[in-house]
Amino acid sequence: MIEWIARSFILAGATLALLAGVGVLRMPDVFTRMQASTKASTLGLGCLLVALAIRYPDTAIVVRAGAIGAFMMLTTAVAAHVIARAAARSGAPLWKETLLDERPVDLTPPLDTPR
Amino acid sequence: MQDIVTTAALAMLTFAAALAFVRLLRGPTLPDRVVALDLIGVLIVCVMVAVAATSGQQAYLDVAIVIALVSFVGTVAYARYIEREDVR
Repeated sequence: MIEWIARSFILAGATLALLAGVGVLRMPDVFTRMQASTKASTLGLGCLLVALAIRYPDTAIVVRAGAIGAFMMLTTAVAAHVIARAAARSGAPLWKETLLDERPVDLTPPLDTPR
Repeated sequence: MQDIVTTAALAMLTFAAALAFVRLLRGPTLPDRVVALDLIGVLIVCVMVAVAATSGQQAYLDVAIVIALVSFVGTVAYARYIEREDVR
């Protein structure tokens, strides 16, 4: 029983990570790609860590799994914010169907033009 | 040691890394490549955790912690570089 729960968590985590890969390849601009990558990859890693902790309920392993989980939850958000700010300030092109761009006018590039 | 579920999960993680690598090659902008590189780092951590969940070896978890740390510092450094590169 426990074994099957762990296996389904492993499969769920791998599927979410695969979704992150597909999202990064298929999304139209930097910001949408970034949200696909960060959300799917943190949840995917979280599922894998839960599977690990279920399968090996050992203090050393569970503590390490918790440390990895907490650290990734913190740093993924910070890294995504820093990249998004750099992309926005360097004038990354937006998707052509974007509705609202709140950057100042001199930073707004023409739509869909790679620099 | 390795059942079909673990093999399938490792195959999916590898395929995801391949997709991220295609984005890394294509660009088109520098932030796109940094996002792809960051995702590849997270996927490597995922692979390490999956291998640890199969074998029960603690050493893989230590490797995962170190890779997560280095990948985060690298991503922030790249982002600073992008931001300072084009002050215009």
